[in-house]
Amino acid sequence: MDPRLLQELKNLLGPEGVLDQPEDLLLYEYDGSVEVARPDCVVFPRNTEDVVGVVKLANKYETALVGRGAGTGLSGGALARQGGIVTVFSRMNRILEIDVENQRARVQPGVVNLDLSVAVAHTGLHFAPDPSSQKACTIGGNVSENSGGPHTLAYGVTTNHVLGLTVVLPTGEVVKLGSQAVDAPGYDLPGLFVGSEGTLALVTEITVKLTRNPESVKTLLAVYDKVDDATETVAEITRRGITPAACEMFDSWTIRAVEEYVHAGYPIGAKALLLIDVDGLREAVEADAAEVAEICKLHHAVEVRVARDAAERDLLWKGRKNAFGAVGRISPTYYAMDGVIPRTKLPETLRRLEKIGKKYGFEIGNIFHAGDGNLHPLIPFNGRDRDEFRRAIAAGTEIIRTCIDMGGAITGEHGVGMEKDHLMPYLFTAEDLALMHRLHDAFNPSGLLNPGKVLPSAKACGEIYTRPAQSGQSNAPAVSSTSSPHA
Amino acid sequence: MSIASITASSRLAGIVSPAHVISESPELSAYEIGGKRPPAVVRPGSAEEVVEIVKFAFSEKLALMPCGARTKLSMGLPPRQYDLALDLTRLARVTAYDPGDLTLAVEPGARLHELQKVLAEHKQWLPLEVPYFAQTTTGGAIASGVDTPLRQLYGTARDYVLGMEFVTGEGVAAKSGGRVVKNVTGFDMHKLMIGSMGTLGVITKINLRTFPMPVATSIFVAAFDSAARAIELRHRLLRSPLRPMSLEIFSPRAAELLASDAASAIVPAPLPSDALARRQWTLVAEFSGSEKVLARCECDFRQMAGECSATQVSAILEGAVLSIATRVREFIPIALASSAATAIMKMSVLPTRMTQLLAIAEQAAELNSLDAAAMARGLGVVYFALLPTDHGEESRRRVIQASDHILNECAKLEGNATIPWSPAEWKSALKVWGLPRADLEQMRKIKAVFDPGGILGPGRFLGGL
Repeated sequence: MDPRLLQELKNLLGPEGVLDQPEDLLLYEYDGSVEVARPDCVVFPRNTEDVVGVVKLANKYETALVGRGAGTGLSGGALARQGGIVTVFSRMNRILEIDVENQRARVQPGVVNLDLSVAVAHTGLHFAPDPSSQKACTIGGNVSENSGGPHTLAYGVTTNHVLGLTVVLPTGEVVKLGSQAVDAPGYDLPGLFVGSEGTLALVTEITVKLTRNPESVKTLLAVYDKVDDATETVAEITRRGITPAACEMFDSWTIRAVEEYVHAGYPIGAKALLLIDVDGLREAVEADAAEVAEICKLHHAVEVRVARDAAERDLLWKGRKNAFGAVGRISPTYYAMDGVIPRTKLPETLRRLEKIGKKYGFEIGNIFHAGDGNLHPLIPFNGRDRDEFRRAIAAGTEIIRTCIDMGGAITGEHGVGMEKDHLMPYLFTAEDLALMHRLHDAFNPSGLLNPGKVLPSAKACGEIYTRPAQSGQSNAPAVSSTSSPHA
Repeated sequence: MSIASITASSRLAGIVSPAHVISESPELSAYEIGGKRPPAVVRPGSAEEVVEIVKFAFSEKLALMPCGARTKLSMGLPPRQYDLALDLTRLARVTAYDPGDLTLAVEPGARLHELQKVLAEHKQWLPLEVPYFAQTTTGGAIASGVDTPLRQLYGTARDYVLGMEFVTGEGVAAKSGGRVVKNVTGFDMHKLMIGSMGTLGVITKINLRTFPMPVATSIFVAAFDSAARAIELRHRLLRSPLRPMSLEIFSPRAAELLASDAASAIVPAPLPSDALARRQWTLVAEFSGSEKVLARCECDFRQMAGECSATQVSAILEGAVLSIATRVREFIPIALASSAATAIMKMSVLPTRMTQLLAIAEQAAELNSLDAAAMARGLGVVYFALLPTDHGEESRRRVIQASDHILNECAKLEGNATIPWSPAEWKSALKVWGLPRADLEQMRKIKAVFDPGGILGPGRFLGGL
């Protein structure tokens, strides 16, 4: 990296606002995915003006610029694929305004997702998107990736809760998109920018909706001897027109992993579990919970447990929220996939995933948002075995191909990032992608911002994908690059 | 007919067969926008034909307007140039419906009321119950971006459109999103199409999330002697655990319009004379759920309305529920039919600022001696209809003065304001798209990507896009 750029960044942000020593950069070459890419430096802006300054310097020195929140992303979105400057928003972590009466909050991008809900808890409101990483992930990251979470089944994903954005364009221009009121006239700019994975602009301020807490919540745990019975239950709940607030599924492998780590009270030995929340008015919740329990039993649940109180409910959910950490204990390196299918295809898809696992020699774990058909197959592999890593990636690609065959999509909430850009041509035609490229170039013409993400580079279309030589880890104890099978 | 348009018509007839090209005057008048009549109408029967037509228009620099039932073409500005109407009503198939997954793929010309029948067989529905519902096509409802009372519970189209196929202004078929309920693959280009009024692309397929039909619904009405009290009930309801499907507040004049002959001409289902109080601010809210849930809603509603000093609270009896819900939904056409020269402003502010906005608007109308009616939605959207007595120059002057004032005051409240509906001949003098917006330049970039030739409804949209 040009030493003059580094000096100018330090002048702008102070020496404490720039990291450039190799040992400091190590942390930023990872996120929650199996990808690795080292930045040339990491900067910590304090406000929108700082971000503008960084963008202008990146332009001046023609250096790539990548935004990053907490680095919990699962598709390499926050990694500097082509090196350059990583902009971390941890110093922009203030909640700027909470407007209880209008159910709005204005936040800086570095605010941790759960911190916003905690800050408004006493008002009976919360921020609805609840990724499993919500204790760490930032709202800026949520906006970039259009994050989901278990409760987005009933409440919608991030884009459904964002009204306005302040963004810094790659030109350094500051623009406000949307408005604090609903229905800003004109094209839906927040709708385009939310989920654009940091490729169109850097977000420096976000106006979100806050959601009223339900009066009543019931959490059910249904235990199954057969995976098919659990998936059939989900299909029937959907068919009957019940929208649970959340409907999560675990298979036997993940049940064991989670229970041994979290002690949530999950029955080890069960083949599948459903964790279901129903919420709303007391009267509605009573009836819905009874009907859901009845459907579970109809599909041969061997046990249906209803959490008696908030403490039991929290414990059951603790299992879900810490699942990825639990898996990490068993297999420090694993590939956390993300695919979506129509809910009617759940039973068939899970059967096919099992076959794919056998074919490649893996026991694939499944823990996922069953209610909206969002699968998260986990492929545990030995990070030191180069061949096993390749097989894990090949299995992952086949899983995603299966999702597409089922009429689904290649990512439900993790984003395309640098993990799946090469899979985009499976879902989109050359014309679709060319149009997305043009849209990208209208805002980010020189590819200054987050290059090499979301859209496949022209030469990658139809080409056989070979992955860069790297190791993998995910929300687990960090695997140093020296343990990489490719190191 | 000019030589050029004869040539165009024959070229179009080569694409869709002559039966689906209209170039005869009497039929063309139905496609007028703001007094502008297109020389030809073409009715494609497939997305492939749409591609061919747009390619042809692009190469010949013909300005075209996609349309469905044409109930919302009067919104926005008339096109600067209008050579061809692209009537999409033949593209009306449901191409996929997976009731078990609650997803649907439909062509843009499918009429909403017919779609609801298909969904009803599986006890499902689409909460896209927009004004002119009986005629409106799915594509028209989505491209026009009009909202519905049901947004209170279900959100707007952007919350349940899962993906789209469309043809760009260069005649390129493209898509975004998918037909699964959760998806973050690629840029959400379909969100840009929603409310774009056909200026970014011709929609050829829409993937939607469907919803279970409510088992039962009830409507409760409360009347107040001030807007502030009605809005106070709005605040209490939305602070409570209740989740209304819809929540609208009508000014005394607007409540009167709902019960008027003009309304009955549009919504023939009779409205009992005592359903709405006279000369009162009226809050109408609909709830859904089981009998037990509805009983609870009624009990809580009555109590909260009492606390807000309601002068009258009633539960709408079964026979009148449909009539009143339909009239609430059709407020826009009712207001348009209530004056010779109605102009309707659409504004949005933070809900706590609605009282102030309503006061400003009512006062501006009064100062300009204009009759006016307001409908405010629970989420902070205010429709304000100015109802002059005639089309005359004096009425025009008053409407311009009142609306300019309201636009400026709304901006001070950090709100948004436009004037989607007004007499066509007044549009050039009214700030149809509101005050200048700082994000216009970004919209321009988007327009240039999707319609580089500027042939899709040129000039209809915000900022002359």
